[in-house]
Amino acid sequence: MKRNFMLIALATTALTASGAAAQDVTLTIESWRNDDLALWQDKIIPAFEAEHPDIKLNFTPSAPAEYNAVLNSKLDAGSAGDLITCRPFDASLALYEAGHLTDLSDLDAMSNFSDVAKSAWQTDDGQATFCVPMASVIHGFIYNKDAFAELGLEEPQTEDEFFAVLDKIKEDGSYTPMAMGTNDQWEAATMGYNNIGPNYWNGEEGRQALIAGEQKLTDPQWVEPYATLAKWAPYLGDGFEAQTYPDSQNLFTLGRAAIYPAGSWEVSGFNAQADFEMGAFKPPVKAAGDTCYISDHTDIGIGMNAATEHPEAARTFLAWVASPEFAEIFGNALPGFFPLSSTPVEIQDPLANEFVSWREECESTIRSTYQILSRGTPNLENETWGASAAAIKGTATPEELGQKLQDGLASWYAPQQ
Amino acid sequence: MQKPRFRWHLVVFLAPAVLVYTAVMIFPLFNTLRLALYSKVDQERVFVGLQNFQTLFGDPNWAPAFWNALGNNFWFFIVHMLVQNPIGVALAAILSHPRLRFAALYRSAIFIPTILSFVIVGFAWKLILSPIWGIAPSMLDAVGLKSLFAPWLGKEEYALTTLALISVWQFVGIPMMLIYAALLSIPEEILEAGEIDGVTGISAFWKIKLPLILPSIGIISILTFVGNFNAFDLIYAAQGALAGPDFSTDILGTFMYRTFFGFQLQLGDPHMGSAIAGAMFAIILVGVCIYLFGIQTRMRRYQL
Repeated sequence: MKRNFMLIALATTALTASGAAAQDVTLTIESWRNDDLALWQDKIIPAFEAEHPDIKLNFTPSAPAEYNAVLNSKLDAGSAGDLITCRPFDASLALYEAGHLTDLSDLDAMSNFSDVAKSAWQTDDGQATFCVPMASVIHGFIYNKDAFAELGLEEPQTEDEFFAVLDKIKEDGSYTPMAMGTNDQWEAATMGYNNIGPNYWNGEEGRQALIAGEQKLTDPQWVEPYATLAKWAPYLGDGFEAQTYPDSQNLFTLGRAAIYPAGSWEVSGFNAQADFEMGAFKPPVKAAGDTCYISDHTDIGIGMNAATEHPEAARTFLAWVASPEFAEIFGNALPGFFPLSSTPVEIQDPLANEFVSWREECESTIRSTYQILSRGTPNLENETWGASAAAIKGTATPEELGQKLQDGLASWYAPQQ
Repeated sequence: MQKPRFRWHLVVFLAPAVLVYTAVMIFPLFNTLRLALYSKVDQERVFVGLQNFQTLFGDPNWAPAFWNALGNNFWFFIVHMLVQNPIGVALAAILSHPRLRFAALYRSAIFIPTILSFVIVGFAWKLILSPIWGIAPSMLDAVGLKSLFAPWLGKEEYALTTLALISVWQFVGIPMMLIYAALLSIPEEILEAGEIDGVTGISAFWKIKLPLILPSIGIISILTFVGNFNAFDLIYAAQGALAGPDFSTDILGTFMYRTFFGFQLQLGDPHMGSAIAGAMFAIILVGVCIYLFGIQTRMRRYQL
């Protein structure tokens, strides 16, 4: 298998090299986003090449599940592309530490990004940033506008209103109030716990305090989201315990469920599938007027292979990726994946635009378990999946879950000991 | 006297199989066992002896997960032994009945699931049992037993048994075929002799046929054991690498996969993964040895 990769890698390099001979410089981009191939070839690459005719780009994606393994073997063999699409957090940090990614902190365009946006591709001390943030996904709730109009409901702002809406939908009986299952577990954690949680732990404040060891997972702000999740159970469909992620998506897009706890990456799929009007509301706050916090989770970045032969050209491209122009193209071609640059971008898609508009009224944070805290055994992210599913099913109390997670984290993470 | 010529053709004919088998089976097996004795410290691979196994069996983070997986694996095996093999024997006995019509049809129908891919079986059963789209709830509803339906795959207490029964459904054809072949090889004369002595019908099965097919049942048991302790695909296809709900369907195969290759944010750890693979190898080796030396050598065989 490895031999094969090497052969393919060699072949790719050979092709690239012959291409380079004919033109000035050709940069090869490694990526797992094979879904975006058309977007790169039709929009991003022509736009860049029009501005920089001396640099050619070659986008070579591989399958998402294989990307990390393929990339690692290519890097070890010295045959990886010039530009590397970065997974968030530890996977890319490991590449940086192994010397495969270059420190890009001195890139001028880095100032276009907030600290939260850069946190996914920084060393723990924040000294070095090694990838340019490309896109994030935002959590919230997508709802069926037709159903809401039919039942005379409004977007809930507070938690009480949220449950009142759910009660009304349940009373009426023609829709499942909320489409979510616990079979795949990550839905409960990602679209449940990390969706509503930032309002409890005050976003970055709580997340940073947890990393610093000043807060514990047994503190009320970390336990209460589980108690709220437990209250969701009666509003989920029959047999939600065995309901999978595609089941939930289909339940919603077929118009059988009224509310879908979502990540913004669903937007383009839902636009294609659903034949009713959709709207989105942000995670409800506890009391009207509270500051709202949203999970604006960094997902894709792009960095430079330390072994590239064309560092200058690669830097030029990365600076362009950091520019508002790229953000505009990318954000509109992939509604639901939002550019991270600080300059606001006009997104055409109304549903995606609703998600991104929350950035102006709310504080952004990322998922609590992703940075640093999921490095050891037991893995906090995986444990959170199980805990969130257990909370909804009611197989454990929120306090027990908090204690279990805290014990697990404290067993290997020094600041929590 | 002339020295016997070295038989080169033996080497030539054996070489391809030996080389291929060594390259794809023996070398990886020993290399995996070797990998289990190392660990990665600061980007360097260092020899740590049996420390990985100590972690696996003694560390409060690893040991409960390991014993949970092992316990689940035993339950998976027990369900197969108690359900799959008796049903397989019974089906074979019925099929070998000389007056059964359409025997060939039944035989093929029961055997066909065996050749299906795990992914298809896992997916098909997930759909059948789905509380939303599945036909299981509506079929139960049709006979007025809707109250018996539960989201089995999503409940900690049922999920593993459900998956074990799905696996039984898939593989019941194998014991059936092996026993069927063994039953067909029993000579008519013996049964006729029994008939003369007054042993007929069901008692002929218990007193004559069963003792004669016992060695086949032994082989089936050991195949079931090895198959079940190496199982992975069905659980992975149906429940994912996290073997939910709450690890209630986690068996050694999924535990090994998660550890070795990593999962979501959990980075892969080839060394601990190899340690688990080593433990699996040891468990299967011990089980097979117990069977070979403890049971098979004592089994009475009859010359037919």
